Amino acid sequence: MRLSSLAAAAFLALAPLPALAQEPTTLLNASYDISRELFVQVNAAYAASRAERGLPAVEVNQSHAGSSKQARSIIEGLEADVVTFNQATDVQALADKGFVAADWPSKFADGASPFYSLPVFLVRAGNPKGIKDWDDLVRDDVALVFPNPKTSGNARYTYLAAAAYAKEKFGGDEAKVEEFLGKFLGNVAVFDTGGRAATTTFVEREIGDVLITFEAETKGIAKEFGADRFETVVPSVSLLADFPVAVVDKVADKRGSRALASDYLAFLYTPEGQRIAAENGNRVRDPKVAETFAAQFPNVRLVTVDTVFGGWAEAQKTQFGSGGLLDRLLDQ
Amino acid sequence: MSRAGAAVREGRAARGALLGAVLLASLLVLVAPVAIVFIEAFGAGLSGFAATLAHPDTRAAIGLSIVTALLVVPVNTLFGIAAAWAIARFRFPGRRLLLATIEVPFSVSPIVAGIAYLFVYGGQGLLGPFLEAHELRIMFALPGIVLASMFVTAPYVVHQLIPLMEAQGSDEEEVAATLGAGGFAIFRRVTLPNIRWALLYGVVLCNARVLGEFGAVSIVSGNIRGQTNTLPLHIELLYHDYNTMGAFAAASVLALAGLLTLVAKWLLERSGARQG
Repeated sequence: MRLSSLAAAAFLALAPLPALAQEPTTLLNASYDISRELFVQVNAAYAASRAERGLPAVEVNQSHAGSSKQARSIIEGLEADVVTFNQATDVQALADKGFVAADWPSKFADGASPFYSLPVFLVRAGNPKGIKDWDDLVRDDVALVFPNPKTSGNARYTYLAAAAYAKEKFGGDEAKVEEFLGKFLGNVAVFDTGGRAATTTFVEREIGDVLITFEAETKGIAKEFGADRFETVVPSVSLLADFPVAVVDKVADKRGSRALASDYLAFLYTPEGQRIAAENGNRVRDPKVAETFAAQFPNVRLVTVDTVFGGWAEAQKTQFGSGGLLDRLLDQ
Repeated sequence: MSRAGAAVREGRAARGALLGAVLLASLLVLVAPVAIVFIEAFGAGLSGFAATLAHPDTRAAIGLSIVTALLVVPVNTLFGIAAAWAIARFRFPGRRLLLATIEVPFSVSPIVAGIAYLFVYGGQGLLGPFLEAHELRIMFALPGIVLASMFVTAPYVVHQLIPLMEAQGSDEEEVAATLGAGGFAIFRRVTLPNIRWALLYGVVLCNARVLGEFGAVSIVSGNIRGQTNTLPLHIELLYHDYNTMGAFAAASVLALAGLLTLVAKWLLERSGARQG
């Protein structure tokens, strides 16, 4: 009797130990620099969802910086269980180093991109220059603002979207495509290094007629600086910008957080996760949620880097690398 | 006589113009930006300001910056005194090299320091595999932030002490020694009182620099909200997030620390001058 109760006490004392080795109670999400507001809301909803499903509470910590810097930090030892980036190339960088599975785009639905955005135009209230499509951006009387494609991922999308439009318009006529892009770059009033600096140039210094940036970002700008000061113009065609997510396998294996990490990313695909993403200006995959927010997101035909430029690696080489098309156009 | 008078008038006019230019420049370059920080911080009234400062992430950032300063400043103070003592009082081979080494952080961009630390302590770095095998976390945690801050602020105390100690010479200390005082007694009762104002001055500068450090810490911090974001990093985060008012509210705390530093500097300079 006494012996058995002693044994029971010993068992109880030991019981918490295996529990410690099980699922961790924290998760680190390394995200890009302007997603703080989005994930504050996502993480609150995720906590509620876990409580509803009777799962133990988890503290989701957030790290925010440019996604290239984040990838670098993870390679150098930042123990992020999941990444939620705005550049597929930065997840690929992690895959190349063995931190993320090589087949990461197939680990979650829609190429592991729960939501997406596209470069659009932000113009001043009333659209005084009558900007409607990419053609208007090469007019002599229009000044543009977007960051330098050499330093900003945001601007690389802008440049490729313009290039995709020109390629379609002029068929295979490379000379005309280059002339179009030359005028497009020539109309840029200020080349800032990053998206936030370009916004400041356009909004606070009031330089330029059109700011080109992600649609998701135009919502944040309207919210911060006044919705009545600007209008969003969605062109006829633009470039799909994924928001890729992945479990960082190396960290998840080490911390034993794989199930938790996968559950967290899967939450982004639930109606609740999709609704929050849409409210923050992202286009979402869930057809029902997309329908609810249809009024916010005008129809647009989207092309991808893969189909038009043969993938990011190829685009990097032909467009952005030293001696690429961008270098030649900027030298003119 | 009249030519001398003209020269004096001309000198006065030139002095006036120069003074005006300097005042205007300081107004535009120094005063206006600091004033804007406070104006914008209170742009949405006291409640908006208080809400930003009461936010757990902002408080965590302020706390982390203070903890970092509490760890870095004493270490660099002790190091500064020891290094200044060695360099000012003794002649030894490599003395000039030591002096030059200590001053490296003055001439190297902090971001270079951050990246250098990453190359030593990062996962792919020199000691990376060793640290990982022993579960030692230096990068993307407090030790990394403290190390990077220490590097950037290492010369501040030394730099204040060496010129003073060299000017004062070691006569008083030698007298104390001939009277039979021990090493520590000499330091506490002769050296320390002689250098205290310069020392405090160096400590104040070092502290201000630690609180404001951005570049080096940005590389090694990992930017985890509420955990490894120092106050300057948190300000950047709020700014990128289109939370301009919040960024300015947090910035006003740093600006206030800067203004307090100025006051402390001024008081110390006055006390130092009076004591000779």
